[in-house]
Amino acid sequence: MADAAPPSKSRDLDKLLLRPGNLVGPTFDPGVQLRDDLQEYARVLVVGAGGLGCELLKDLALSGFKNLEVIDMDRIEVTNLNRQFLFRLEDVGKPKAEVAAKRVMERVSGVNIVPHFCRIEDKDIEFYNDFNIIALGLDSIEARSYINAVACSFLEYDSDDNPREETMKPMVDGGTEGFKGHARVIVPGVTPCFECTIWLFPPQVKFPLCTLAETPRNAAHCIEYAHLIKWDEVHSGQAFDPDNPDHMKWVYDEAVKRAELFGIPGVTYSLTQGVVKNIIPAIASTNAIISAACTLETLKIASGCSKTLSNYLTYNGVEGLHTKVTEFVKDKDCLVCGPGVLIELDTAVTLKKFIDMLEEDPKVLMTKASITYHGKNLYMQAPPVLEEMTRSNLELPLYDLMDKTPKDVLHATGTINKDDKKSSGLRKLRVVFKGIDGVTDMDMAGGA
Amino acid sequence: MAEPKTKYDRQLRIWGEQGQAALEKASICLLNCGPTGSETLKNLVLGGVGSITIVDGSKVEFGDLGNNFMVDDSSLGQSKAKCVCSFLQELNDAVKAKFIEEYPEALIDTNPSFFSQFTLVVATQLVEESMVKLDRICRQENVMLIFARSYGLTGLVRISVKEHTVIESKPDHFLDDLRLNNPWPELRGFAEAIDLNVQDPVAHKHIPYVVILVKMADEWKTSHGGTLPSTREQKREFKELLKARMAAMDEDNYKEAIDASFKLFAPQGISSDLQQIINDSCAEVGSSSSDFWVMVAALKEFIANEGGGEVPLEGSIPDMTSSTEHYVNLQKIYQAKSEADYLVLEERVRNILKKIGRDPHSIPKATIKSFSKNARKLKVCRYRSIEDEYNNPSPAELQKYLTDEDYSIAVGFYILLRAVDRYAANFNHFPGQFDGGLDEDISRLKTTAVSLLNDLGCSGLTLTEDLINEMCRFGAAELHAVAAIIGGIASQEVIKLITKQFVPMTGTFAFNAIDHKSQLLNLC
Repeated sequence: MADAAPPSKSRDLDKLLLRPGNLVGPTFDPGVQLRDDLQEYARVLVVGAGGLGCELLKDLALSGFKNLEVIDMDRIEVTNLNRQFLFRLEDVGKPKAEVAAKRVMERVSGVNIVPHFCRIEDKDIEFYNDFNIIALGLDSIEARSYINAVACSFLEYDSDDNPREETMKPMVDGGTEGFKGHARVIVPGVTPCFECTIWLFPPQVKFPLCTLAETPRNAAHCIEYAHLIKWDEVHSGQAFDPDNPDHMKWVYDEAVKRAELFGIPGVTYSLTQGVVKNIIPAIASTNAIISAACTLETLKIASGCSKTLSNYLTYNGVEGLHTKVTEFVKDKDCLVCGPGVLIELDTAVTLKKFIDMLEEDPKVLMTKASITYHGKNLYMQAPPVLEEMTRSNLELPLYDLMDKTPKDVLHATGTINKDDKKSSGLRKLRVVFKGIDGVTDMDMAGGA
Repeated sequence: MAEPKTKYDRQLRIWGEQGQAALEKASICLLNCGPTGSETLKNLVLGGVGSITIVDGSKVEFGDLGNNFMVDDSSLGQSKAKCVCSFLQELNDAVKAKFIEEYPEALIDTNPSFFSQFTLVVATQLVEESMVKLDRICRQENVMLIFARSYGLTGLVRISVKEHTVIESKPDHFLDDLRLNNPWPELRGFAEAIDLNVQDPVAHKHIPYVVILVKMADEWKTSHGGTLPSTREQKREFKELLKARMAAMDEDNYKEAIDASFKLFAPQGISSDLQQIINDSCAEVGSSSSDFWVMVAALKEFIANEGGGEVPLEGSIPDMTSSTEHYVNLQKIYQAKSEADYLVLEERVRNILKKIGRDPHSIPKATIKSFSKNARKLKVCRYRSIEDEYNNPSPAELQKYLTDEDYSIAVGFYILLRAVDRYAANFNHFPGQFDGGLDEDISRLKTTAVSLLNDLGCSGLTLTEDLINEMCRFGAAELHAVAAIIGGIASQEVIKLITKQFVPMTGTFAFNAIDHKSQLLNLC
């Protein structure tokens, strides 16, 4: 029998990282160095410490990564316990990110996980630039959109409008619902970004108000009547809080009354919660499958040890088992992962005027914009300290604030008003000053 | 202890209290608790299965700390089964967890009756010889069995059960059971009482599309010799007719009628899938028939008699633009017919039970009712024995898969997973398991694969060098992320088998983590 290898914790992973292969990524350079570099230098951020996030942290910690951080604004609830396996009953009420990080570190020695108990928007953009790969375990389209925009904002294009490889911030993204899920790889500038294929996530269908008010037909209509119409009529000014059990009970009672009035069956407390909170059913097994697929892709991107998923995997276990890989294509005009929105300016335009312009620009439509230039805050709407520090810039010409650079990229964060919906967002803006040497009409034609 | 209803809320919304009760009654046996087995059980313990029994004879080694979350540094040198069991127990105190420190292979050989106590056995990381033996035992004892194996960047999941029948298959998309093309007297009567030409615009736009289609179909029939639209041209014409009846362009009920008109054109009678089930020889029932087949026999009688070629009505209707009154009344009409059909079916079930010498009330009302409502969605899954799959391969299927670009890697791995077991039987280690002599392992595995392909009747075909190299590179590694995927899939299938809801996979799932073009191979 062949000689046995000395005991190693990465006994199994070593086979993949230390041995050459033929079906591997183009950059694969197998060896001890690769394994050690992965442990020492690869930094992965896990966004979300819920059903997917818990799995991702465990999977990454057991896939050769030692420097992990996790960000989540939520606290642990009892309904998490059927799948978020890092949490116990006694943890209910504690921040998810902190408990998840602690549990994985207790179990897997040598792994360091830094938790961030806050909203994703609370972090500077530069915080996200610190990671090699971002793994998304989220359940909301808005949050995915935000992180996607942040990761894409780091992408720079060369003078031929080709993306610069060293500025690409890869992401892996997972999502589940019941027995179904998806895992995808996003390499800004190479694959479609989240925004390029936003049509994959159709907006949630809402009931017309006249149906709720006049012709309710099913239990959900009665519940939404109580939640969206009756609540405001009765509680003038008091906002409905879905996490307040008294509020939920009130909506349930009203929905029952309305259902009785119209002879409609089926209003239950459980359904009331489901409709009002838009609860998506979730189970451990699907989260495990999707998170592990995302982790494998993270490992492949970081090490090149195998080919990567190109670029979207769907999993459906409802009727038998169906998996499918789809290669979606990039939207070359994408406002988020493209070269950026081109804005032409006079050199005299002040920062304040520029911020006002962003509200009107049809491709930006951003209010309350904060502006950064190469990581430097030109103007910050919040917190108050920063606002005060940067306020004096408002009256200065943007051209001067950009060190008289004829053409460069700025980042704007603020509220994006799109289709009557407000959301936090980030836009990359390519500012070009008119009438400056070196900028020709040819250059301008390439943008937009 | 948390209120179980709250703790399990997110899954109760999927499989309901009945599904949960089935899980809580189930006793699961796990063979080998490496990461594949541990991850499978983790998902089942979280979901609240009744009990788990872990069988593994090995001690925790240093390498296990790098791929298994259910052990930690303090576990080194201890029984792996014991350590995994205690960490799993932490996840859910409602689950009874125990372990047996013994090698599964030994148990299979020395104590086959051990397995009869379980609802289901999850067998992980077994080689072919043990799989065949265990499969024979479990079939004998009527214990459900699922195999799961992780191997480098590949793996497989395979269910082995003689027969699995499903009443609540809960498909995502299924045509509503509205009987528009064959309305029964009460539905027709309801439609007749509503005037499509009502003057009041509010009333006009609140006539449910079911009524519009039933009435318009009758109108069409009178001018077309009693037949419904059948050609593409006629269907288009019918839709134009609907459009012409709109009083205003914003009438959603008419738009819905146009969109739903295909439901009117749908053929009458039962689907070919259901036809196959009622024609199955098991529908000729006797005293040893299962409840499911007794109900199928009754269903067959119903279709031939009272049903007039149709199954019992499902009874639920989709939401549609309508006044509340019309909608609620329509719902009542569908429910009443569904209830009446169910009562007829129940009577037939009781009579059949009597005839085969069983207690006529041995099948509960609720079960017959669910069967009656789901009659169109019944599923029967049967699985070949592992021995049969291995000894009587279908070369034509394999050849087809091997030459199909989308399948070739997955089926290549399927064959190589068998080849490595042959290899291990000959050389006492898996190819590439140790660091020395990789080149020799590669050429030996190649030879083994060629002779296996010959035995499978696929002598003309070869596997690519790249794939064989890759298999040796894997060296039987059990990577955590791959194990989590394989274990996740296995646990999802276990849940479907135990709750008897949804449809389990039929076939061998060959996992391909290289580009994720995994495939369900239809070999069993």
